[in-house]
Amino acid sequence: MEALEHSLFTVELFNRIFGKPVLAFLGLVGIEPKHPESPIPDYVVMCIFVAVFLIVTLGLASRRLTLVPSRRQTVLELVVQMFEGILTDIIGSQGKRYLPMIGTVGLFIFSANMLGLVPGFMSPTSKLNVTAGCALTVFVYYHWQGMKAQGVLKYLKHFTGPIPALAPLLLPIEIISHFSRPVSLSLRLFGNIFAEELLIVVIASIVPFVLPLPFMAVAIFTATIQAFVFVLLATIYIAGAVAHEEEHS
Amino acid sequence: MKKLKGLGILLFFVLVASSPLLAQEEAAVNPIRANLYKLSIIVGGAIITLAVAAGAFCQAKSISSACEGISRNPGAGPHIRFLLIFGLVLIETLVIYALLITIIIILIQWGNWA
Repeated sequence: MEALEHSLFTVELFNRIFGKPVLAFLGLVGIEPKHPESPIPDYVVMCIFVAVFLIVTLGLASRRLTLVPSRRQTVLELVVQMFEGILTDIIGSQGKRYLPMIGTVGLFIFSANMLGLVPGFMSPTSKLNVTAGCALTVFVYYHWQGMKAQGVLKYLKHFTGPIPALAPLLLPIEIISHFSRPVSLSLRLFGNIFAEELLIVVIASIVPFVLPLPFMAVAIFTATIQAFVFVLLATIYIAGAVAHEEEHS
Repeated sequence: MKKLKGLGILLFFVLVASSPLLAQEEAAVNPIRANLYKLSIIVGGAIITLAVAAGAFCQAKSISSACEGISRNPGAGPHIRFLLIFGLVLIETLVIYALLITIIIILIQWGNWA
């Protein structure tokens, strides 16, 4: 797969500006990058770009909020209401406190998926590193929220199931199914975005004139659906971890 | 006459667009373990074909029952549509797992190098 990678203009620019300090810092810690002239990999540059883009755009767009919303505020409120709708549908009225995490993950994955369609950029989510990072974040988050909502011992006792006699049978099954969740989350997102990007690259290397356009349209659709499904599954996992107290009361 | 002119321009642009097809190169060097290379390509193709056939059949079943459900109860349309999209993505995950294995097999070219 080395033949498919080519250096992007933005990545080279970033490495030319920030390459030397990062190389010096890595030398302090003791890490030797494989290519010393570009120590920052392309997906890290794209992640930084997505983060800066989201912070600047959403920070600037949420200034001067009024009671009667302007056009820009209506669009932002639509986005927030969409996330809140998903959360309250699945978790219940307590769902809104998980909005920062779910909103951040959803917007990050959506922007990262869409970034690959812009010429000169690549999707950071087309690398397993980034999608595994998102999936592990959601994994740690929902276990932490479950422990916070129910107490550590009570949360761990739910892994054994309703009947104590079946606990040795149910505990490995529950542990395996819980560990399969970040695996499936990361592989689903990575597989979809990487396969779509590979398809576009292969088509563009054969007929670059007009033929990649339908595939890029499908890539827009896939990017949106994959971000939505990631957010939906994260919400369902949070609901499964947090909502046990309501059954017992 | 005007239609012929339009068709002629269209044909010209199609030919110009497909000009990269003329730039095909020779096949690769003979590998040392030719049997493993041939077998790995056949296996890779078979994996993704079987996965896509099973996945498409199951997705078709889910779409058809979703359409029937909406036609019986149009008021439940949004709920059924949500469940449909969710179920389709879960089935497609399994097909993507098989696609990743095939990409690994085909792009690493098992048996092409010693």
